[in-house]
Amino acid sequence: MKGARPFVSMTISVNGKSMEIPVGTTVDGLLTLLNVKREYTAVAVNRDITPKSTYTAVRLSEGDKVEIVRPMGGG
Amino acid sequence: MYDTNLVLGGKEFTSRLIVGTGKYSSMDVMRDAHEASGTEIITVAVRRVSLPSGESILDYIDTKRYTLLPNTAGCYTADEAVRTCYLAREAGLGEMVKLEVIGDQRTLFPDVQGLLEATKTLARDGFIVMPYSNDDPVMARKLQDAGAACVMPLGAPIGSGLGIRNPYNIKIILETVTVPVIVDAGVGTASDAAIAMELGCDGVLMNTAIAGAHDAVAMAKAMKLAVEAGRLAYKAGRIGKKLYATASSPLEGLPDWTS
Repeated sequence: MKGARPFVSMTISVNGKSMEIPVGTTVDGLLTLLNVKREYTAVAVNRDITPKSTYTAVRLSEGDKVEIVRPMGGG
Repeated sequence: MYDTNLVLGGKEFTSRLIVGTGKYSSMDVMRDAHEASGTEIITVAVRRVSLPSGESILDYIDTKRYTLLPNTAGCYTADEAVRTCYLAREAGLGEMVKLEVIGDQRTLFPDVQGLLEATKTLARDGFIVMPYSNDDPVMARKLQDAGAACVMPLGAPIGSGLGIRNPYNIKIILETVTVPVIVDAGVGTASDAAIAMELGCDGVLMNTAIAGAHDAVAMAKAMKLAVEAGRLAYKAGRIGKKLYATASSPLEGLPDWTS
């Protein structure tokens, strides 16, 4: 993402799965990387919900635990 | 016959049947069942997206037509349930939530202590809280006092299809609270839904009874008719029960066949 160090990566957890992403990736960048639709999606980083309005501002850090949820079938 | 609408948190609904989105044989069957049920409110779970992300259940639900009701199924503490509701709200699923705080894996009976706590928190934060509860009139009153928009006592355990196990408790709940009473869980077939409505309940919520039926679309239609029939019967006012017969035809005017 950052032009200066394009190949430096960090490890985060997304929905319980370990993942290598470029250092400096934002929440918005992560959703793009994973090809996740924004509509009806919510994100929490380390248990805190990330408001949609801050997706482009919030940068992820090494070791962050990210949860991405959507509506699924249920009763 | 004139009937009032079901009012939940200021929103009005004509249909008194709330249906789910779980366990359908296919998304097409689900969509057709929703249509046949005449429902206006559809429950959804909130879960981790599968990665890579694929087809969404919302490709099969017209969100302009139906109100989505996210649930907190699978939450075992008030904290988990409250966080799930915040996630649902942030996802844009609205403020109406079906609140579940489960107390036991085998029966899926609610943890009423956690349920009450979560109801208080969420109602204070502006949610329209629809708590899935046991069929206890005391708990129903406490939930109402905590700010619940309705109470949703179970008819029987979730997915059991055992019907309305304790109609007398449901009846007492109806006399105890002023918020709508919606039977949630336990319905197995159309007559169960009709019984709930005949008791005077304001609505019925179900998932498995429709989704698990051999022909889910036909069962959805049956449930629509049962809820309407039960509601009409309740409004019409049934006759009292008696042990002995009362003739329907006049006793006078019989021809004399004796010679």
